[in-house]
Amino acid sequence: MKSLKDLEEIRERAKQELSMRETANKTRIIVGMATCGIAAGARPVMAAFNQELQTRSIQTATVSMTGCVGVCRYEPMCDVVDPDGSKTTYIRLDAEKARRIVAEHIVNGKPIVAFTIGAAEKIG
Amino acid sequence: MKDCSLHLMDIAQNSTTAGASHIVITMEADKNAQMFTMSVTDDGCGMEDAFLQSVTDPFTTTRTTRKVGLGIPLLKLSAEMTGGFFRISSEKGKGTSLSAGFVIHSIDRIPVGDMPETLSSLISGWPEIDWTVHLKSTIDSFSISTAEITAVLDGVPIGNPAVAGWLNETFTEAMKTIYGGILDEITEGP
Repeated sequence: MKSLKDLEEIRERAKQELSMRETANKTRIIVGMATCGIAAGARPVMAAFNQELQTRSIQTATVSMTGCVGVCRYEPMCDVVDPDGSKTTYIRLDAEKARRIVAEHIVNGKPIVAFTIGAAEKIG
Repeated sequence: MKDCSLHLMDIAQNSTTAGASHIVITMEADKNAQMFTMSVTDDGCGMEDAFLQSVTDPFTTTRTTRKVGLGIPLLKLSAEMTGGFFRISSEKGKGTSLSAGFVIHSIDRIPVGDMPETLSSLISGWPEIDWTVHLKSTIDSFSISTAEITAVLDGVPIGNPAVAGWLNETFTEAMKTIYGGILDEITEGP
């Protein structure tokens, strides 16, 4: 089985990448992971975020979880909190949408308005 | 909930909500007894006796947004419909411990599911919590804790995506070694 030794290599690589970038300001991706979120498919969404960040070697964003936000009909959902503190709430996510959010919001800095809770509530 | 790994994700989430700083996840498969047991023990806020008595009732919840809480009742159902068991104990201020046993050969047993994804998501998603994971069976066993991982990482955050990837691979390998030959869905692969 795998050993903690492999982690040392990952550590060294991560440290090199970290030193090349701004470390203080991070984007936070917070995925709703309560019973409602999980049943709606939040876990593959979180995995997709992690995978995409790893594939693109992005060290400036973190993925974490939270409980039930209270609007279970919109699950799976996530908040993306930019380094300046502004928050975008994305709803009805899947792995593909998660990857697009990484590409367009995290990398290019352009939130995908069509996926947001604001867009959904406007249509009704 | 379609599989055990989703149940585990859900139940472990309760422990984080309870403010736990140390959460122990144990899985054990006994080939002879044909029992797969999954337990979560935390040092969170615990529950009052009265609440504990009613916690398997779907109309009990701490949530204020709605009056239903389905996580625990659903897990109890999934375990008991295989002929297995569900136990929960808690002490206010000390923590909570629960375990669910699934009869392995039961036709009603939901599959184990993507356990590596659940375990790695929990650990990387709640980096401030000290997780310990024990995977055991009559074949082999494997244990890991975030304390030992953090020690090796030396400042690199445990939530780092590359670390999450490593965790996933590590758990995948461990699950195969330990539960292959006991749980059919793991022996045969996805």
